[in-house]
Amino acid sequence: MTDTTALERGIGAAPSRARRRRFQWRDPWGHPRGLALVTWIYILWSIVPVLLAIRFAFNSGRSRSAAQGWSLRWFWKDPNLSVFHDPTLSSALQQSLTLAFFAMLIATPLGVALALGLQRWRGPGSGTANVLTLLPLVTPELVFAVGLFLLFTTAFKVIGLGTTAQVIGHVTFSMSFVVVIVRGRLATIGGDLEEAAADLGAPPWDVVRRILVPLLLPAIAASLLIVFALSIDDFVVSQYLASGADTTTVPMRIYAQARAAPTPALNALATIMLTVTLLALGLAYLVFRLMTRGEGGGSAIGQLAGIEAGIDAGGSK
Amino acid sequence: MTPRWIWRVLAAPPLVWLALFFLVATYAIVSVGMGNVTTLFEPVPHWNPLDWNVGYLVQAIKDVLPGGTTWPVAVRTVAYVVVAMALSLVIGYPVAYYAARYAGRSRGIVLLLLVLPFWISYIMRMFAWTNLLATDGYASKALNGLGIDTLMNRLGVMDGNDWLGGQSVTVVLALVYGYLPFFILPLYASLDRLDHRLIEASRDLGASPFQSFWRTVLPLSKSGILAGMVLIALPMFGDYFTQDLMSGSPHTSMIGNTINGYVQGGSEKSLGAALTMLLSVFLLVFMLGYLRSMRAEQRQATT
Repeated sequence: MTDTTALERGIGAAPSRARRRRFQWRDPWGHPRGLALVTWIYILWSIVPVLLAIRFAFNSGRSRSAAQGWSLRWFWKDPNLSVFHDPTLSSALQQSLTLAFFAMLIATPLGVALALGLQRWRGPGSGTANVLTLLPLVTPELVFAVGLFLLFTTAFKVIGLGTTAQVIGHVTFSMSFVVVIVRGRLATIGGDLEEAAADLGAPPWDVVRRILVPLLLPAIAASLLIVFALSIDDFVVSQYLASGADTTTVPMRIYAQARAAPTPALNALATIMLTVTLLALGLAYLVFRLMTRGEGGGSAIGQLAGIEAGIDAGGSK
Repeated sequence: MTPRWIWRVLAAPPLVWLALFFLVATYAIVSVGMGNVTTLFEPVPHWNPLDWNVGYLVQAIKDVLPGGTTWPVAVRTVAYVVVAMALSLVIGYPVAYYAARYAGRSRGIVLLLLVLPFWISYIMRMFAWTNLLATDGYASKALNGLGIDTLMNRLGVMDGNDWLGGQSVTVVLALVYGYLPFFILPLYASLDRLDHRLIEASRDLGASPFQSFWRTVLPLSKSGILAGMVLIALPMFGDYFTQDLMSGSPHTSMIGNTINGYVQGGSEKSLGAALTMLLSVFLLVFMLGYLRSMRAEQRQATT
């Protein structure tokens, strides 16, 4: 596409200056300044507020709405109010990390198994299984959370609300993401190697363990980190399944205190969470790229974008 | 050839998980909505359809009809979502169009910046605005300095000059801000796939740039627009936290707030479950309509 554009523009640019200007207006391949302007204003609008919120985290004063010098006071220097010294903030961080850790460890193997099963399983029941896998992705998060909340307060009272319920909730909505990622990878691998191994006499479990799992490693690594990021960012499910102060997560803490005019420690907490999420995703991208190097094919960033764009109708964030 | 049974064995545990924590959970909404309560207002779900009690559902339906207590909230929710979707289209289309067709060498970075908001927690992005729209925040100072607050007051979508003090305009713009990335990416994907030869052909056949856009590009990107619209409509209709963070006033509350209040608030869980059922059915209509139009499009493409 870029080549054509350059070529067409080259042809358009040949005539005199005046003609060229008129030409640009008429030339559908010219660079539309207006569109570029709208796009960049939108990008600034979408990112700058977050950058400012991060900036205020480093304030040396107490304001969350104006720049007041620079310090690390709200991260750990302040003996009472900083993220590391205020127990309500540090416990939220701990709870978020705990949930993300367990969600990642449970959702990934389940999702990988489901993806393998769905990819090759033909026959009665497979269509229903496919639909069941995709449903959590298009269910509005409020409906999803209300359902789990009522489940854990009635039929599954044994489990009850709290950390276990929160982990289960996170696993349930992130499993489908893993399935989408792994199935994408399975489609690229194809079935040849697996068939070869089976023809050479490998027992079924060995085919899975020694052929498929190694080939799926990049997708598994990416899934682990993406589940981690999804879990850290989640608000609605965590809130509905929380049982009290010690199950409060970072987004819940921000939600509860955002309007209560506290200190920039809340910004510092949000900044830490954002850094952790972006690190996990950056790592997912790098790992996927490194492990699939030399294979060509689509870009990992496009895949990450596609995963969110294509399927997440529930708005998991 | 790997034997077939192994795939079913692999798929079984995750499917059981989904059945328990997704299907049964969804059914729990129905059982509680069609159930009863104890004297302490604790919900008693009726799992057997033969025992269903339609009282709460009837109540919920009466509430959302004209004259009911939830009716104003329902109307407001639809109005907010419709305006927010229209604004998303007006802002999002040019952005997606530019990123897909004209970004050229900066395409990688533009795409990265368009994807970035996905991965910043929604709550964090709303929180950033509570900093900026506080009475002494940068954004509210700038907006009031430019007289935008007066303009909004004239238009009747704002009352006074406190941007976080229960303003419809703030809630709608926050919804746009929050969900616009979810609209832009599917649209981008559909515009990116668009066959450029068709646009060239329309131009060669004498269409003006506007005609070419209106009669070629726009119809071809209809499925992308629809996909984006559904993707943002679903979460917007279930949203309660945006309103809580950006306003918190009962004058701007949405249907999500009503459900949230019933279910998490205490004594009205059954009514909340019934209302959730109504909302789900309403949203299901959306999703089915969307699926049907996608299928029609596919059929058209193959013939």
